[in-house]
Amino acid sequence: MGSLMKRAFLHFVVLLHRVISSVPMSSRGADRAPLILPSSPTVDAVALEERASALAKRSLKKVAKIAGLRLAIRMMDLTTLEGKDTPGKVRALCSKALRPLDTDHTIGPCAAICVYPNFVSVAKLALAGSSVAVASVATAFPSGQSPLAIKLDDARRAVDFGADEIDMVIDRGAMLAGETAKVFDEIAATKEACGQAHLKVILETGELGSYDVIRRASDLAMLAGADFIKTSTGKIQPAATPPVTLLMLEAIRDYYYATGRRIGMKPAGGVRTSKQALHYLVIVKETLGDDWLDPSLFRFGASALLNDVLMQLEKERTGAYQASDDFSKD
Amino acid sequence: MARSKVVKRVAKIASAEPSLIRVKVAAEVEGAASKDSARRESPIERVTVNKAYKMYVGGAFIRSESGRSFRIKGVKSTDPEVVNIPRGSRKDVRDAVLVAKNAQAGWAGRTPYNHGQILYRLAEMMESRRTELAMSLVREGQSQSEASREVQLAIDICVYYAGLCDKLSALLASHNPVAGPHFGFTLPESLGVVGVVAPRAPSLLGLVSSIVPVAVGGNAAVVIVTSADPRTASIWTECLATSDLPGGVVNVIYGQVAELLTPMAKHREVSGLSIWGDLGDLGIQAEADATESVKRVRRYADGDRALLSTDGARGLGYVEPFLEFKTVWHPMGM
Repeated sequence: MGSLMKRAFLHFVVLLHRVISSVPMSSRGADRAPLILPSSPTVDAVALEERASALAKRSLKKVAKIAGLRLAIRMMDLTTLEGKDTPGKVRALCSKALRPLDTDHTIGPCAAICVYPNFVSVAKLALAGSSVAVASVATAFPSGQSPLAIKLDDARRAVDFGADEIDMVIDRGAMLAGETAKVFDEIAATKEACGQAHLKVILETGELGSYDVIRRASDLAMLAGADFIKTSTGKIQPAATPPVTLLMLEAIRDYYYATGRRIGMKPAGGVRTSKQALHYLVIVKETLGDDWLDPSLFRFGASALLNDVLMQLEKERTGAYQASDDFSKD
Repeated sequence: MARSKVVKRVAKIASAEPSLIRVKVAAEVEGAASKDSARRESPIERVTVNKAYKMYVGGAFIRSESGRSFRIKGVKSTDPEVVNIPRGSRKDVRDAVLVAKNAQAGWAGRTPYNHGQILYRLAEMMESRRTELAMSLVREGQSQSEASREVQLAIDICVYYAGLCDKLSALLASHNPVAGPHFGFTLPESLGVVGVVAPRAPSLLGLVSSIVPVAVGGNAAVVIVTSADPRTASIWTECLATSDLPGGVVNVIYGQVAELLTPMAKHREVSGLSIWGDLGDLGIQAEADATESVKRVRRYADGDRALLSTDGARGLGYVEPFLEFKTVWHPMGM
């Protein structure tokens, strides 16, 4: 029965996806017919948490550990999103993304730098000619509680400044009030505003209240055109957790089976240690396989994580546990 | 029939004939109950509550992350108790260093007067556990009078160092004569995280003499206890836990020095090493390992162990090696 319902759901998603992609957003005006979105499967919270914690018990040592940690660095969106950010700090972070460890050029570079729109041009200049992308948060980050026009303008400007990726936030208030169509439309409109830039949709799972709502928001975001779905802004606790990440990866898997589109995943906030990072990689591998073990489909939104990974890599190289003071901060 | 005997009897029946269990148990329990009521006047046999001795890290009593343990036994033939004690791993050392690192700034930031208050309270806590500490030393093979003397000496050393805390600056800082209209001050500061290898013996006095002076200077300590019976150390850490000493300032791990000293000596977060007892080549190796991160190393070999057995090792000389001296210049003004 469960698999029958799942197949019915996937079938519905396929149909809906075809309908949505055949109608350009701009032609769906204010007087459009109400959009009926497919329901999402309910989540077995106990099983989800059990599986996430079972996957955490995998032990990665030596060669596999080093390979995993090196991959984690290449998957990192090195992030600074603070009121006290300065051009100098952003430039320093860019150098760190380009060459995380000054003594070993084979480590890194990171996947991207993630900053506020005001620092996109600074980062773009500092990273010119490299493979490191510039991601910008937009759409009234972190709350998303501004009129749509302002949010779209925010995204457009960030793209104009040169952002390669836009990290938008959904309107959690609307999501919790049951206005799913509003959330869907805002994501779709932002996707359109982004043009060529990749769109990451931040669900802020810590504010959504239950796994069912998170699953629903994940499905909506993917249907509305997200290239990535992302757990958190990093401003709210709890941020990324293994069960939430597993749940979102499962949503990505179902969506992939239904449509053939590969959506990326980005846990952000709360991933601080190498051990946690490896745990996330195990979850990805077990849920979506090797294809997703790539910076194009999986990212870590992090700042403190990088130094911990570097300390572990140096520990493996030298045999001595490292001191945090020996690694650059900010 | 006492209950434990009933249980044993049931187990015996169960192994013999499972189908009979229910009937026989009912009969046995009924019989036991009537006999119990007949003997209500006599003391009831109770289940003994055995103590799980654990390591002390970050203000909590923990087992080893490795799950390993070693078995120890009292030295005297009258003490047949066999106890499992957690055996610390390299990762336990690593984790403890991290905990110590996070606790150190807060400890160093407290006033020397407060350091003194807390160490004096440690003495108070030891005083109220005198009997237990002495019993533990007797269990290791000492006579009652030797044990009492060692406990008393250990408490006195705590009181000594409690008094020293707010005098450090007066004893060690200086106002240097400089050529020019400036003051030149040299001030003692804490070193950071200090690794301590406690002496194997005497077990209580050795702990106090090696650990307390490190804490006096505002440092956090990660201690490897290698004594034959770490139960004394465990009881002492219970004094620490109730002394208002912030969690993580003193962390105590039981284990083998050959296994744990190298990772500690190589650990770049550890700023100093205080190694007690003659460890032979291991001590020399630790000094070599410590060079990479330029650690301050002090080794207290046999001579100091002799000192411990007389009136304890105490003095400014045990504090000073684990202090950093900072010299500042300040204009005199008019």
